[in-house]
Amino acid sequence: MKRRWAMVIDMDLCTGCGACVVACVAENNTPTVGEAEAGKGRLMHWIRVVRYFRKEHAETRAIFVATPCMHCEKAPCEIVCPVYATYHDEDDHVNAMVYNRCIGTRYCGNNCPYSVRVFNWWDYKREKPLDEQLNPDLTVRSRGVMEKCSYCIQRIRRGKEAALKEGRDIRDGEVLPACAQTCPPGAIQFGDLNDPGSAVSRLMKDPRRFRLMEHLGTEPSTVYLKKLRAQGR
Amino acid sequence: MKSENHLSRLDESRLYEELSRSNLPPTKRWYAGTGALLLAVLLAVAIFTYMMLTGLGVTGLNRPVMWGVMIILFVFWVGLSHSGTLISAILRLTRATWRAPVLRGAEAMTALALMVGGLYPLMHLGRNWRFYYILPYPSERQLWPNFRSPLLWDAVAITTYLTGSLLFLYFGMIPDLALARDHAVGWRKKLYTFLAAGFRGTHAERRRYHVASTIFAVLIIPVAVSVHSIVSWDFAMAMVPGWHSTIFAPYFVAGAIYSGIAGVISVMVVLRRAFRLEKVLTADHFDNLGKLLLTFTLVWGYFYFSDYLTTWYSQFPEDWEVIHSYFGHYFPLFATLVCCNFLIPFPLLCLRKVRRSIPALFAVSLVVNVGMFTERAQIVVPSLARRNDPSIWGTYFPTWVEISFIIGSIAMFALIYVLFSKLFPVVAVSDVKEQLFHTTDRTVGGANLSTVVRGEGEEGGREP
Repeated sequence: MKRRWAMVIDMDLCTGCGACVVACVAENNTPTVGEAEAGKGRLMHWIRVVRYFRKEHAETRAIFVATPCMHCEKAPCEIVCPVYATYHDEDDHVNAMVYNRCIGTRYCGNNCPYSVRVFNWWDYKREKPLDEQLNPDLTVRSRGVMEKCSYCIQRIRRGKEAALKEGRDIRDGEVLPACAQTCPPGAIQFGDLNDPGSAVSRLMKDPRRFRLMEHLGTEPSTVYLKKLRAQGR
Repeated sequence: MKSENHLSRLDESRLYEELSRSNLPPTKRWYAGTGALLLAVLLAVAIFTYMMLTGLGVTGLNRPVMWGVMIILFVFWVGLSHSGTLISAILRLTRATWRAPVLRGAEAMTALALMVGGLYPLMHLGRNWRFYYILPYPSERQLWPNFRSPLLWDAVAITTYLTGSLLFLYFGMIPDLALARDHAVGWRKKLYTFLAAGFRGTHAERRRYHVASTIFAVLIIPVAVSVHSIVSWDFAMAMVPGWHSTIFAPYFVAGAIYSGIAGVISVMVVLRRAFRLEKVLTADHFDNLGKLLLTFTLVWGYFYFSDYLTTWYSQFPEDWEVIHSYFGHYFPLFATLVCCNFLIPFPLLCLRKVRRSIPALFAVSLVVNVGMFTERAQIVVPSLARRNDPSIWGTYFPTWVEISFIIGSIAMFALIYVLFSKLFPVVAVSDVKEQLFHTTDRTVGGANLSTVVRGEGEEGGREP
């Protein structure tokens, strides 16, 4: 059965705590690069929480935009890859990445308007006890390949297998990426848009709904719910 | 204008000797110079190996700016390679009478600059030892490459152009190789005999040669134009503000020819000095090349202006931020490029004195190429550094590794050019000879004029 995985991020609920980033690093074997490399703009995080500040009269308010991969239906990164290292998974409607095919042209990284793709500049070494905590469900990427948020594809696979074994459909909320599972205020919702009863299908009808850089026509699967504030609040 | 044909007084074998000085046995100075170039190239290769073993982290690249010096060098050298074949093809087709001594040097420059430029997109790959994944061959991965990717178009275009320009170079060289064969001894004789492919210079052979070279020239022009268009589409197809522009293809072609002509001038000056070709390469030739360069200064300036006029008028926020950065963080880059590409060469090239003075024209041609390198840097870097999402805006500066690649690329081009000129006739001897047959010095009143004789029905590519 074909699925259309989608993520809804409610900016009204997001507190900018960054727990999603930590959960993602732990789940996806994302290397931590250290201060010096981070300063050069070589963070490997698959999701980032961007802060924008807006001055409203006397006070300054922060707006947090958690930015994972948008898993665009018309993904600019896919068409430019010469070796099909990134391609559209038609079964799950996600933007998949095959590390073994990647030769590291970094064209996808340039063509992604959301700049969510990261590149393995080095062979990142994990210090002794830390190598024990690697997630066995997915690869540790080698030097010279691109990587990005996969909507925790390993969890999607697990969920599908479990459902298949029990001969049933995947229940809404059964498959959650690490960020959605961790988010303390529950700002990140994840589910299947092909299931009309799922939480994301309902949230998609929310009038606050918008997509990042909608004018580019990339049709992202990650959508946002706008932060609204009543007068005087 | 006093332009005497000193060469016309030479007999054929003297003429060959005069023009093939580059093929004389190497001197100690030649060995020293070539050795130094080889050392520089080997050093760059060693640094590349170091980068390959440790990772691209040794470059200055980062998240917003994922392409840097290596891509700039690629565009620069491919641009430089443009002149050669294109100029020589156009000059052949338009039968510019002054073309003969310039042809070979320009054609060689095309092939050799392309060899240098073609390396960089392979070097810049994250897993450059897997570069062959991009080739369409039936592999165990059971996967064709993605033909929708501009990078694949690029690989096809570059290999086509390299093949085409090598053939063009070789084909134009056949009569000269035959001449060289007749003069050479030892291993050179064997080499030239093989390469000359039995050319004896009979009437029928010459006629076929002329027809074929016209066809070649006609065929190579669209290839040359398409190659740089495709290089521009590497950028223009991407959704990157500042790149995504329909004018990029013609703009890149114009820029490529512009830098190419400047490159041809620089190379010609060096060849003239190194191999004492003062008698063949006269101020007239440089004057003409200078006029071509002037034309393309204007063409380039026009494209540059019209590219940014639309951006300025509409002021779309994404594009406008890129333009902003030209006047902010990247102002040194922008200022260098505008000065070196337009403000300095345009007035200078308008002056006859500058065009006819070889050192001055040499200086202008170098300035133009510095400008064109900066132009490529300005296209690649600021657009990436100011991408759509302001939260990851960044900056980029090359590290010592990348700077060594810049030096290495120049050394490599010089090295293979030196080796080429040592092995092959670097001046198109038979074309020069032909030109001399067509040209005579006549005294009209007190002036000495060189007159060109050409039959009535020759315009359509037929040679008498």
